[in-house]
Amino acid sequence: MWLYTFKRLLQGVVTVWFIATATFIAMHNVPGDPLLNDRAMTPEIRANVEAKYGLDQPLATQYFIYLRNLAQGDFGISFTQENRQVNDIIREHFPVSAILGVLAVVFAAAGGVLWGALTAIYRNRLPDYIIMFFVILGISVPSFVVAALSQVSLVNLNSLVGTTVLPVAGWGTIFHMLVPAMVLGLGTMAYLTRLMRSSMLEIISSDFIRTAKSKGVPPARIFTKHQLRNAILPVVTVLGPAIAAITTGGFVVEIVFAVPGLGRFFVEAVQQLDYTVIMGTTVFYGAFLVFMVIVVDVLYGFIDPRMSMK
Amino acid sequence: MQSLSSVDFAPISNSQEVHGISRPSLSYWQDAWIRLKANKRALMSLYIVIFLLLFTIVGPWIWRVSPAAQDLDQVSQPPGSSRVALIVDDYTPWFGEGNSPETGLRTFGDPTTQVVRLQWNALPGAAGHRIYRNLFPLGPERAYGIPIGEFFDNNTLFFEDRLDLKPQNYYYSVVALGQFGELLDSYELIEVDVKRVTTIAEALEQELISHTNNFQIGDAIDMAWHPLGTDYLGRDMLARLMAGARVSLFIGIGAPFLFVLFGVTYGSIAGFLGGKIDQVMMRFADFVVALPFLLFMILFKIAFGVGPGESGVLPMLVALVILMWPATARLVRGQILLIREQGYISASQLLGAKTPYLILRHMIPNTLGVVLVTLTFAIPSAIFTEAFLSFIGMGVVPPTPSWGSMSNEGIKTMLTTPHELIFPAVIISITVLAFNLLGDGLRDALDARMRNQE
Repeated sequence: MWLYTFKRLLQGVVTVWFIATATFIAMHNVPGDPLLNDRAMTPEIRANVEAKYGLDQPLATQYFIYLRNLAQGDFGISFTQENRQVNDIIREHFPVSAILGVLAVVFAAAGGVLWGALTAIYRNRLPDYIIMFFVILGISVPSFVVAALSQVSLVNLNSLVGTTVLPVAGWGTIFHMLVPAMVLGLGTMAYLTRLMRSSMLEIISSDFIRTAKSKGVPPARIFTKHQLRNAILPVVTVLGPAIAAITTGGFVVEIVFAVPGLGRFFVEAVQQLDYTVIMGTTVFYGAFLVFMVIVVDVLYGFIDPRMSMK
Repeated sequence: MQSLSSVDFAPISNSQEVHGISRPSLSYWQDAWIRLKANKRALMSLYIVIFLLLFTIVGPWIWRVSPAAQDLDQVSQPPGSSRVALIVDDYTPWFGEGNSPETGLRTFGDPTTQVVRLQWNALPGAAGHRIYRNLFPLGPERAYGIPIGEFFDNNTLFFEDRLDLKPQNYYYSVVALGQFGELLDSYELIEVDVKRVTTIAEALEQELISHTNNFQIGDAIDMAWHPLGTDYLGRDMLARLMAGARVSLFIGIGAPFLFVLFGVTYGSIAGFLGGKIDQVMMRFADFVVALPFLLFMILFKIAFGVGPGESGVLPMLVALVILMWPATARLVRGQILLIREQGYISASQLLGAKTPYLILRHMIPNTLGVVLVTLTFAIPSAIFTEAFLSFIGMGVVPPTPSWGSMSNEGIKTMLTTPHELIFPAVIISITVLAFNLLGDGLRDALDARMRNQE
């Protein structure tokens, strides 16, 4: 188990290096000039600024400087915001995205397992049809539409009650987080519900459930110990990629709900061609996602006893 | 013992039909088609997909309105709104009515989209007046609306509003101003129902009437017809949805087609060659999978750059292909490895089949089903990605319409003109849903092993 974890971590480091390299190559092919702004710049000042950011070095040297700084956890200084370290920007805005993402993942996973199990138990009966209708909506309606519609309904709800039950946009308290997290997790929840449903249906019709029933195990115990525990495994497997999808998919939700997260910051940085911020954010996100997938894979070994035998 | 003659050894003629296999032999694809046809949801989705393709390809030939043409008389018109316009005289300036018997804030003449003429009596204690226009009645917070004119004396007690008038209800307020131009408490409010009008010159210019027709002042004519209404720049929604469909479906179908093709080639080479090469190739695919998808979509898109006058469709296509091929490659490699070990491959080899024959006759047909299912599921995710990116302004460049960019424009006026958001959003949802259900149906029909227990 430890050897497996170590191997995965080593692979993860190589993957992060690959992400960093791909980011570097992509960014150096971007047309346009980050130093080209409204202020007139004499050749001397330009040369000084280029020297400051190391842009006068050959590309290979720049690459090694970049990798060396990355290895030390230094993402550099922002190009457009004076005297602002990319590390500070990430430190300030990532926790917001992370809280939102964690809430969304918890919401998606809990909802997916619950609704999926319900649809399987009530297969081809009314609860199944109702839940599956919403699942289909969740899969096919784009998240920005859901975000906009939920904002409108929040406004209506607030004006109906007369006070602010849940804030429509912004950030700060737990109440600000609930609706954006739900919207962010909705697509994944719909996907997980479908997965849980088919996995649960397979388990329900398997032999060991019949054995358990014939032994006289109480239905509640069959449900929790036998059905749920086995059916949940495929859900856990896709949780790693799901976390990845949710955390990087936060742009739209962050923009619509005015959440000061890293995703919104990334979009702004792209619009301003802020090289170091774009590169830093991408590599940071990439490393985070690789790490999350490894964590989920390792945890899977603890949940599924069959895994640790390998 | 009886002697046998040669007659006894003649074969008995078979007078009766032997009960053969009554069912005609079905090929894999015929069987799949029959199973797909039995699946009502999948068949329905197939019809929707065909309809969407027709809408995209044939639609612009039938509905020949340019998606870029602006109808400034009908901006942000929801579908089904009245198109009738009365013909009026050309505009002539007006300077108030000298001795009017009426009092209070009132209109003079018919309020029309050409001009709304207001007249009032000086409010008590006012040293001047400010005129406001609003779309909503005055609430308890006394929001008057947009100030459209102000006078710092009591000589001018009339106002002509000609600013961007729409055929709808407006609330005009006239508020008393103090000596220093500050707002006083007294005000008057009227509701004005503005009628759509046009002049003969304008109607001729927009080709609503021709010179031969003899139109009089006061006649009603029909404005240009927009079945799904117009957007915030007065562009025809139906024409834009069709043009947007071309962009969205081009990316949504073109990109999956290309990356599935690349993934199949890559995966089958890796699976076929095996060994060290296979490991290296698959490790590379693993790296590409690890790239954070949306961030790199944006990164690659800006790396390719969008020049002036370009739509940004091609960079997005290339970025999608670069990032999405590994899943197909993995799948095809797995299939090839599986098929390679099958008994019928050995049997075929024993009978002397060469590698090209094996690939063409066994490998490709046996992976085609899985590839087709992957392709169908890749289309909705590509459409979503395009809509998503265009929505946050990182996708196609305006004025190129796409469903995502139309939603982005529509969401800004979601409360006042919801149809600008609803139409693109609904068509995205229907498309994604149809392709998803079709994918489910295809998976069930093509591969009995992968069938989920519906």
